[in-house]
Amino acid sequence: MKNPLLEFTDKGIYCSAAKVYLDPWQPVDKAIISHGHADHSRWGHKKYITHHRNVPIISHRLGEINVIGKEWGETFNINNVKFSLHPAGHIIGSSQIRVEYKDEVWVFTGDYKTEHDGISTPYEPVKCDTFITECTFGLPAFKWTPQQEVFENINQWWAENQAEGKTSILFGYSLGKAQRLLKYLNTDIGKIYTHGAIENMTQVLRPLVDFPETTLITKETKKEELLGNIVLAPPSAHGSTWIRKMVPYVTASASGWMTFRGARRRRAIDKGFVLSDHCDWQGLLSSIEATGAEKIICTHGYTEIFSRYLREQGYDARTEETQYGDEEDNTVPDETATLEKQTS
Amino acid sequence: MKPQTTSETDVQTDIASNELGMRGFAALIKTLDSTNKTNVKVQALTDYFLAATNEDKVWTIAILSHRRPPRPVNTTLLREWASELANIPLWLFEDSYHIVGDLAETIALIVPSSKIATEKTLTQFLEEMIALKRKSDQEKKEYLFENWKVLDYYERFVFTKLITGGFRIGVSQKLMTRALAKATEIDEDILAYKLMGNWDPNEISFQELILEENASDYLSKPYPFYLAYAIEGEPEDLGDVSQWSAEHKWDGIRSQVILRNNELFVWSRGEELVTDKYPEFNEFIGKIPNGTVIDGEILPYINGQIGSFNDLQTRIGRKSVSKALLKKVPVMLKAYDILEWNGKDIRDLPFSERREILENLYQTLTNLEISFQLSETMHFKTWEEVATERTRSREMSSEGLMLKRKDSPYLVGRKKGDWWKWKVDPLTIDAVLTYAMRGHGRRSNLFTDYTFALWKENDEGEKELVTFAKAYSGLTDAEFRKVDAWIKRNTLERFGPVRSVTPQHVFEIAFEGIALSKRHKSGVATRFPRILRWRKDKSIHEANSLEDLKLMIP
Repeated sequence: MKNPLLEFTDKGIYCSAAKVYLDPWQPVDKAIISHGHADHSRWGHKKYITHHRNVPIISHRLGEINVIGKEWGETFNINNVKFSLHPAGHIIGSSQIRVEYKDEVWVFTGDYKTEHDGISTPYEPVKCDTFITECTFGLPAFKWTPQQEVFENINQWWAENQAEGKTSILFGYSLGKAQRLLKYLNTDIGKIYTHGAIENMTQVLRPLVDFPETTLITKETKKEELLGNIVLAPPSAHGSTWIRKMVPYVTASASGWMTFRGARRRRAIDKGFVLSDHCDWQGLLSSIEATGAEKIICTHGYTEIFSRYLREQGYDARTEETQYGDEEDNTVPDETATLEKQTS
Repeated sequence: MKPQTTSETDVQTDIASNELGMRGFAALIKTLDSTNKTNVKVQALTDYFLAATNEDKVWTIAILSHRRPPRPVNTTLLREWASELANIPLWLFEDSYHIVGDLAETIALIVPSSKIATEKTLTQFLEEMIALKRKSDQEKKEYLFENWKVLDYYERFVFTKLITGGFRIGVSQKLMTRALAKATEIDEDILAYKLMGNWDPNEISFQELILEENASDYLSKPYPFYLAYAIEGEPEDLGDVSQWSAEHKWDGIRSQVILRNNELFVWSRGEELVTDKYPEFNEFIGKIPNGTVIDGEILPYINGQIGSFNDLQTRIGRKSVSKALLKKVPVMLKAYDILEWNGKDIRDLPFSERREILENLYQTLTNLEISFQLSETMHFKTWEEVATERTRSREMSSEGLMLKRKDSPYLVGRKKGDWWKWKVDPLTIDAVLTYAMRGHGRRSNLFTDYTFALWKENDEGEKELVTFAKAYSGLTDAEFRKVDAWIKRNTLERFGPVRSVTPQHVFEIAFEGIALSKRHKSGVATRFPRILRWRKDKSIHEANSLEDLKLMIP
């Protein structure tokens, strides 16, 4: 029996025909990378291939690497296997990876969302035979409201805190969510301050997207000047002395997990906004339908529940263990990655 | 139906209440739910009490003091109908419920969204729910579908929560009472008293419940219990030992026994009327004079010995008690205090004077064979003597000592200053984590409910782990997250929501009491087991054995 076009190995998703890995979690010779989040683009590969908008991101995160940037839809051959990258809409520069060999087409989504967020290239369904999909929010309990409505609520929350003379602290992971929030904060209300991790990443992305002005918080920043303004911070800063110095403040988190009433309380955050860079239940189902794929492989998220449901709908669906994401049973590499991903 | 009331507050609040109704109540719950800050909660409740109609206020007070109408629809049907409306298979609903952790929340999330807001009042909804109980399944289903479809997410959550019961949203009765006091400008302690006991939100008006000076039905009403905090720092810090009275802290059911008008009422601290569960106390009628309220502890008393809480447990669950059980586990009242005497509220008298009255009463009863004893007060010359007495607690079958200032009045609720509890240090044992389950409510996404095991030699002489206790508190949120991440990576088998995990981690488990038990696999029941700390320094082979545990049984 011939090898499947893509295999799940202990190093990552492997295309033996091309001798190339997709988003590997162990160091390899050649890696095609879907996007810049740490669980998908890891350090130590000899060669990286990714979308050119992701190049500045992973160069910033991984330092000096050997990387080639590709255009959307640009086909490149490796050992007669045809590869191309297609927008995944997850964060800036995030791609689905299409793999074609001997009339067979596989698509690996990395992470994706169907809603157009205004900063990343919108998701496009790609026809394929086998669709390897994430399902971080693969439960019918997840239903996103349009982002415009969420941003109205966020800006209203900011204005209310300002009226009470408090600083608003909004948590979002430093690559992706932070910029999406930044893009839609209403600067008529006040100034936007940033944590170093977010400021650095935003600077990397400014050449690609037009963002409002931000001010980095430094040792010299007086807490009085923050009052009434908003601070964008990574979730890992929650509870730190860096934050505690900003009293009086109100905290909020913007994440798909905020769907659950318990999630906000568990993190001791004052307010939760449901805003995700992943697909909700309906988004996953409609994307899968649009690919026309018969075989579905679920990589991370509520994989077992989601694939069982797909099988009942007539798909040939199964689950493969990967080291992406953190939900359900997937391994988390370290504590900080847990924090970052849990709020994604 | 409720009588109409015409107080001044009605006139003021009816204007604002047009906006309120169920929408206002759902908004209140949302606010309460989305803050961890007590003052924000009190303010939200106060604003609500100032604006809501009197009818809705009564229902709100009832709901927040756990007086809900009986559940009109069983949860099996709720699950089936919610998955039908959401057009998903039942198993997918059940799996989602396991992850979300709360049935009403799951239903609110899963059924299709609506943007229509309801105009109905909270009272209307509750009256409909009361009426619903007697209706056919088909009518119930239609009622639920109709309402789920028109309520928005939060209203749908609150509506379903009212149907399923269990409104735990981080608002204690005390907090609610404080807000009500702010809104009505009635003293908080007086309100606490008014809200005690049996009243039916469907029958009583706000006027009768809260505003009227002398409501008619005070006959069975207990007083709010005075509760103590655990002592902070050293007992020496409490000052002159001669100002303090000590007694053992008995481990039973804290209760109030009321004798009025030749009737007996027994209330537990959870404000449950438990008169029928303890027929032993019927003999008090005619022997203890009318107009008497005694604060005490119901204790199992077997062959002249105070039994364990485990013994008492066999009595707690039963509505009616069989003769055999009455003989096997008889109970008595260990009296701490007297709150009413000759029909007069004497809570403001100093503790020493109240005790004198209580002891005089006891003298008149000594020759009668009734299930009534005094909790003996002790007076010490030094704090060292107090400490020595405390070390005798386990042999006395008590949980430790209570320290009460001799001149203290009987206060309302948990207060610092005059009364302190000084419990014995818990018993502890090192055990191995073997099973885990997702928590509920705010912990629903984490594995936080753990089962622990101890070593035992089986018949072949091999050591194996035997489950002995479950615990789900005692770790910090950060520790829970670490254990949770580890569990997800080290699952051996799944049994529905439960997972067995590789035996690898040792935890120190603390518990208050221990007794032999036939109902437990290990043969031992522990009281209040909780996690004391994560013993990362210990391997599983250094964990204790079941034999070690059994040696702790007194």
